Amino acid sequence: MSVLIYAESADGKFKKVAFELASYAKKVAESLGTTVTAVTVNAGNVSELSKYGVDKVLKVTNDKLANFNAKAYADVVKQAAQKEGAKVIVLSSTTDSLYLAPLVSVGLEAGFASNVVGLPLSTSPFQVKRTAFSNKAFNITEISTDVKVLSISKNSFGLVETASSVSEEDFAPTLNDADFSVKVESVEKTTGKVTIADADIVVSGGRGMKGPENWGMLEELASVLGAATACSKPVSDIGWRPHSEHVGQTGKPVASNLYIAVGISGAIQHIAGINSSKVKVVINTDAEAPFFKVADYGIVGDALDIVPRLTQKLKEFKANNS
Amino acid sequence: MKILVCISHVPDTTSKINFVNGDSEFDTNGVQYVINPNDEFGLTRAIWFQEQQAANVTVVNVGGPDTEPTLRKALAIGANEAIRVNATPTDGFFVAKQLAEVVKSGGYDLVICGKESLDYNGGMVPGMLAGLLGYNFVNSAVEMTVDGTSAKVGREIDGGKEIVSASLPLIIGGQKGLVEEKDLRIPNMRGIMTARTKVLTVLEPVAADNNTKAVKFEKPTAKSAVKLFSADDLDGLVSALHNEAKVI
Repeated sequence: MSVLIYAESADGKFKKVAFELASYAKKVAESLGTTVTAVTVNAGNVSELSKYGVDKVLKVTNDKLANFNAKAYADVVKQAAQKEGAKVIVLSSTTDSLYLAPLVSVGLEAGFASNVVGLPLSTSPFQVKRTAFSNKAFNITEISTDVKVLSISKNSFGLVETASSVSEEDFAPTLNDADFSVKVESVEKTTGKVTIADADIVVSGGRGMKGPENWGMLEELASVLGAATACSKPVSDIGWRPHSEHVGQTGKPVASNLYIAVGISGAIQHIAGINSSKVKVVINTDAEAPFFKVADYGIVGDALDIVPRLTQKLKEFKANNS
Repeated sequence: MKILVCISHVPDTTSKINFVNGDSEFDTNGVQYVINPNDEFGLTRAIWFQEQQAANVTVVNVGGPDTEPTLRKALAIGANEAIRVNATPTDGFFVAKQLAEVVKSGGYDLVICGKESLDYNGGMVPGMLAGLLGYNFVNSAVEMTVDGTSAKVGREIDGGKEIVSASLPLIIGGQKGLVEEKDLRIPNMRGIMTARTKVLTVLEPVAADNNTKAVKFEKPTAKSAVKLFSADDLDGLVSALHNEAKVI
């Protein structure tokens, strides 16, 4: 019956979320008394998965799957689940996995819960905790179907190492032309920059940065931390930064380990979008800014004064700790 | 071209979120409801197709009679007609089943949903609808054009954008970018007046399973107070991030 994960990779290398899924699936498998199978698509060396408790890998290698295609990938996951008789399928919350999850769920007649933030509270009935109301609340969802599909919120479980001996098996699911009816024409991807989706640390600027010309200092701070840069909604609305950097309830969600808000007052919609981040730091001139109510650490002061000095301090810290 | 825009009726983004009846139900007391923002971007794009390419736009919602003002608002913005499936939207699969019936009987070329609603954030209805109908599907759409029977859609990917092409009929999971915030329309008086006389059809639901059930809600636990450092004590902050929070 096994627990199945789709272990995502990019350019043949596993994404960090693949290991988080494996860690999660291992615990679920233990509570169900079963094993973990991972299905991979054009991944290179799969032995890394053995560190996180995966018992078996179904390796799919197919040039037609070089570009992500939700319908085809959903078919791969569905057929892997059927082959393994998987009762629980665990997916991540990347854009790609959220795209294919509902297709997998319909294909397997499985109930689906997204934004899951912890291990099942009970497996019979099957109940999971998930975020709802844009991170302003949690909801306990019961899935009543025989097969269940879960997508796990990024960074909500973390990595848990469990050594296992992994068996590999080549797997060639049946794909048809209809699987490829949505065709990729072109891909524009920013290279050499940490993306908000992948980042462990996000440095975000608001109107307190006073103008787009001051973004260089935020980028420098981000680069010292290996962080992605983001911005508040007003900043993207007035065109200081592109919409793709807007984080918040109607922008991109952020679930990083560390979120540094610089010159952002903390409107309720902004907080909703970033609240899944583990540790929040705020730098703002206004001590009454709502962000201070949700932050772990704060400095009352002018961003333009503090950011360059903080960058310098972090440079020194990194030099002494590497 | 016949377009169906699926509308969720959700609490305004500034709403206080509370629960009643032993934390089993959302407290609607004092809550203002709006068109789900992701759906509103799609609706506005649909109206653009109506004006530029003579599309006919129907809006649909699965919900009780209390959701009709939200559908009337969509009509005031410019949709030609509205459908309400008279059922409580208890589960994403149940809602997708209802919408699949509406799509099949209406013969729509393009179905635009928001990629997720801002209440349950399930993010499953557009994909399930596509799965049930076997239609082409593009999620996280940030731009879209239609030429005859094929569409080009920009899809947000982690760290960039991908342009895909697909033939109609097509299901879209849309978001901001389909139109920009400044392009969203506030209904004018004429729109509001004409919306009153536009057709709003009420359909009874078809039988469908609920695959999931929200059994209970919780509010996040109150967090401890912020730890403040003075602007001259950046060493203190760096040390706390390293030794205490262990994030650097």
